[in-house]
Amino acid sequence: MFERNGRLVLAWTGVAALALVSLTIGAGTLHLEELFSGSGGNASALLRESRVPRTLALVLAGSSLAIAGLIMQMIARNRFVEPATAGTAESAALGVLAVMLLAPGISVLARMLVAGGFALAGTFLFLLILRRIPHRSALVVPLVGLMLGGVIDSITTFFAYRYDLLQSISTWMAGDFSGVIAGRYELLWIGFALALAGYLAADRFTAIGIGETFAVNVGINYNRVVAIGLLIVSLITASVVVTVGLIPFVGLIAPNLVAMRMGDNARRSLPWVALTGAALILLCDIAGRVVRYPYEIPVGTVVGVVGGAVFLALLLRRERQVG
Amino acid sequence: MASSAIRSSRHTLFGLFAGAMLCVALFLTVGANGQWDFVLPFRGTKILTMVLVGYSVAVSAVLFQTATGNRILTPGIMGFDSLFILLQTLIVFSIGAQGYTGIDPRVLFAGQAVLMIGFSALLYRLLFHSGGRSLHLLVLTGVVLGILFRSLSEFAGRVISPNEYLFLQDRFFASFNNPDTQLLAFSYGVVGAVSLLAWRMLPAFDVLGLGRERAISLGVDHRRTVGAILAITAVLVSISTALVGPVTFFGLLVSNLAYWLIRSHRHVLILPAATLLAVIALLAGQLVLEQALGFGTNLRVVLEFAGGITFILLLLRDPRR
Repeated sequence: MFERNGRLVLAWTGVAALALVSLTIGAGTLHLEELFSGSGGNASALLRESRVPRTLALVLAGSSLAIAGLIMQMIARNRFVEPATAGTAESAALGVLAVMLLAPGISVLARMLVAGGFALAGTFLFLLILRRIPHRSALVVPLVGLMLGGVIDSITTFFAYRYDLLQSISTWMAGDFSGVIAGRYELLWIGFALALAGYLAADRFTAIGIGETFAVNVGINYNRVVAIGLLIVSLITASVVVTVGLIPFVGLIAPNLVAMRMGDNARRSLPWVALTGAALILLCDIAGRVVRYPYEIPVGTVVGVVGGAVFLALLLRRERQVG
Repeated sequence: MASSAIRSSRHTLFGLFAGAMLCVALFLTVGANGQWDFVLPFRGTKILTMVLVGYSVAVSAVLFQTATGNRILTPGIMGFDSLFILLQTLIVFSIGAQGYTGIDPRVLFAGQAVLMIGFSALLYRLLFHSGGRSLHLLVLTGVVLGILFRSLSEFAGRVISPNEYLFLQDRFFASFNNPDTQLLAFSYGVVGAVSLLAWRMLPAFDVLGLGRERAISLGVDHRRTVGAILAITAVLVSISTALVGPVTFFGLLVSNLAYWLIRSHRHVLILPAATLLAVIALLAGQLVLEQALGFGTNLRVVLEFAGGITFILLLLRDPRR
C-alpha cells in the first residue's frame, strides 16, 4: 500500500518538474529574480499572462484526454479506441466549422457545446457501425474509427474549401498551445471537471468494460452509464478541440502504457492515466518548443509522431503476445 | 462457361472504353466558346495528366492486391504516397530548397524512385514476410504507418525554414488543375518503360493471384514476381504522387469496381477495366466540378469521401476477403 502511494507521489513530482520546465521555456526571457526584487520587471506578468496559463492548459488537456481515452476503451471494450480513432475528434472539428459558418458570433462556451453535440453524434454513429460488424476482431474497430474520422474530415474539408476557410480551419485545428494566454484556455477546466466526474464513476466504467451482462448483473443501468460516458468523452474532446485543436493519440497511449503495468481496474489506474497523459503532452510540448527555438512546432504534430510510433509498437507487440 | 465470361468481360471493357472516350470528348469541348487554339492544348494537357494518374493509381492498386492476396490493401492505404512525400521532405530538408531546384528534376525523380523501391521492399519484408498475420493487423499497421509518415513529414516541414516550407507546400498541393507539365513527358516515358516490364509478366501475375503455394507449385518464381510488382508499384505511386499529390482511397475504389464488373481473374482484363474506370471517374468528376459546380470544391476531397465509405463497407461486408 505504502509502496503504491510512494510511486504515485513520485509520479506527481515528475509531472510537477515537467510543469516547472515548461514555465521557464519561451521566446521571452524569464528573469526569476524580478519576481522577488519587486523592481517592476515583467516577470510576474509574463508568468501570469502566458507561461502559467499555457502550462495549466497542457496539464488539463493531457489528463482529460487520457481519461476520455480510458472511458472510451471501456465503453467500446477495445484497447485501441480513443477520440481520434473513433471519429469523435473529427466530428468536433466539423462542429467548430459549422459554428464558424453559421453563427460566428456566439460565445466560446456555446461553441464548445455545439462541438460537443457533433462529437456525441459522431461517436454514436461509430458505435452503431461497430454493432454491424460481423466478425468483430479487436483490430477492425480502430480501423473503422480511423476511416470514419477520414470521411468526416473530408466533409469538413469540402465545406471549408467551398467557403474559403481551409486555411483558417487548418490553423485552428493544428493542436497548438502557443496561442494560449490567460482568458483563452478556461474551457479546459470544464473538461477537467468532467474528467473528475468520470473518476467518481470509475467503478461503473470498469463494470461495463467487463461486459453488458456482467454490468447488468451487478445492478448497473448499462445504457445510462454508456450515455454518461459518451457525454463526458464528447465534451472533453470538444473543450480541447475548441481551445487548441486536434491532439491525437494521447487518449490511446496513456491508458495502454498504464494498463501494461496495472491491469484494467479504472479506479486504481485513473490517477496514473491522468498523470501519464499530462506528462506525455508536457514532454511533447517542451520538445516542440526547444527543437527550433524560438519558433515552435505545434504539440499536435509532435504527438502525432510520438503517438504514431507508440501505436505501431503496441500493435506489433500485441501480435507477438498472441503468437 | 469460361469463354462466355471472357466475352461478356470484353463487352464490359468495350463499354468502358466508349465511356472514357465520351468523357474525353466532352472534357475537350464543353463550354469552350470557340477559342480552340487556347482550349485544346490547355485541356489536352489536363487530360494527359489525368490519364497517366488514373493509369498509375489503378494498375498499382490491382498489382499490389495481387501480390498481397487481398482486395482491401492498396499502396495508398498502406501509406506509400505519404512515404513518397516524406522522402521528398527529407531531401529538401537535407539539401535545402535551393539545392532542390538546382538539380535536374529527372535525376531527382530517379533518385526518389530508387529510394521508394528500397523502402517499399523493406516495408513489405517487415509486414508480409513472416506470413500468417491477420489481414486486419496488416491494414491497421499500414494505416498507422501512413499517419506516422504524414506526421513525420509535417514535423520535418516545420523544422525547416518557413520559406522552404512554403516551397514544399506548393510542390505537394498541386492538383489536377495545375499539374507540372515539364514532368509530364518524362513521366510518360517512365510509365511506358515500367508497363513494358509488367506486360511481359502478365501471365505470371495471373498465376500469382491463385495464392502463394499454388503459384510456386505451378512454377512461378514467387519471390521474383512479387519483387517486380513492388518495384512497379513503387514507381507508379511515385509518378502519380509527384504529379498530383496523394490520393489515398482512389485505387481501392477503382480496383474493387473493376473486380465487381469483370468476372475474371485475368489481369489482361482487370487492369484495363480499372484504368478506364479511373480515367472516367477523374474526367467526369472534374467535368462536373468545373462546369456544374463552378470549381466549388476539390475533386480529391470527393474521392476521399467516397473511398472512405467504400472501405468501411468492404470491412463490414466480409472482413476475411
